[in-house]
Amino acid sequence: MIYLELFLTFFCIGLFTFGGGYAMLPLIQQEVARQGWLTDAQLVDFVAVSESTPGPFAVNIATYVGMQTGGGTENVLGGILGAICATLGVVLPSFIVILIVAKIYDAFKESKIVKGCMMGLKPAVIGLIGSAIVSMANTVLFADSFNVSVFGELQFYLSILIFAVMTLLSFKKVHPILIVCLSAVAGIVIGYALDLKV
Amino acid sequence: MTKWQKIIKLFTTFFRIGAFTFGGGYAMIPLIQKETVETHKWITDDDILEIIAIAESTPGPIAINSATFVGFRVAGVLGSVAATLGVVLPSFIIISVIALLLNEFQHIQAVKYAFWGIRAGVLALVLKALINMYKKCKKNVMAYIVMALAFICAAILGIHVLIIIVACAVIGLVYSLVKKGGNEQ
Repeated sequence: MIYLELFLTFFCIGLFTFGGGYAMLPLIQQEVARQGWLTDAQLVDFVAVSESTPGPFAVNIATYVGMQTGGGTENVLGGILGAICATLGVVLPSFIVILIVAKIYDAFKESKIVKGCMMGLKPAVIGLIGSAIVSMANTVLFADSFNVSVFGELQFYLSILIFAVMTLLSFKKVHPILIVCLSAVAGIVIGYALDLKV
Repeated sequence: MTKWQKIIKLFTTFFRIGAFTFGGGYAMIPLIQKETVETHKWITDDDILEIIAIAESTPGPIAINSATFVGFRVAGVLGSVAATLGVVLPSFIIISVIALLLNEFQHIQAVKYAFWGIRAGVLALVLKALINMYKKCKKNVMAYIVMALAFICAAILGIHVLIIIVACAVIGLVYSLVKKGGNEQ
């Protein structure tokens, strides 16, 4: 039952990611890849879509994965049902936890157990995102075309170049949406100019 | 304002917040602050700081956490449902449409080239986010060890991320208890 699987998987993702945003990336990457719902390349593409559309990353990715695996292009209704299951799954844990915390806020705030766990969770998320970046870089830079000797290598260096320029721009506080747009333009211009195989 | 008017207002306000914040996470805080503190006076600036502190130590996205929290403060459980639904709905609608369009358009050569470029750009964005988080993280020997441990377990040993998350929380807890015990002696 795909809809139940979507709900449970995203419930688990919602329950175990602290910090929001990209803190979710490692767990999503592992779960979504394990179920065969999205490839690594599709996931990276979707991060770009999510950056350029409003709303939190978690809701965006849950809706997208639910839509794709629940139905695809032929079955829009199935897709929407899948999207509802996945989104409900990712939202429900924080909803329930916050309702409880709102009632016992003072005890929660002073809790040494919560503080202690957070001391371990914050650095853990950093290590985990680092690992997600390594695996994403693997997909982005060494795509299938890498074995096509000359073109593959050229593409590899061009990807590195775009990555380097965009990293520089993001440290100059250029807006993420602008970075996504610039990368798209760079991809189209370089792609047509050199007739790349992507 | 009656309770139902408040609930509808919560829904429309958080719908607006969900529709107009790009990037999610902390990008939402200024708009949430403006709408809930300045415009509607539902909560105070202190509450906003509280919400950020809670969101950081509870699971899930900060947008959902703050919508649920504010909704509950203003109109109880029904309020929190209205606010959470409001903040989720814009993303849900927009992404559903995009998912359908993406399937239609991804065979076009220009779209393929665009995404080839975008993938490299996204890598840069995630790297930037990682560095920002690293800068904000309190650093001590334990933090560096946990960072390295989490990285090695996930990237090299391929251990399940859930296990790593739980284990690191336990390490943090044990460390804080041991450290406190040491200080008292």
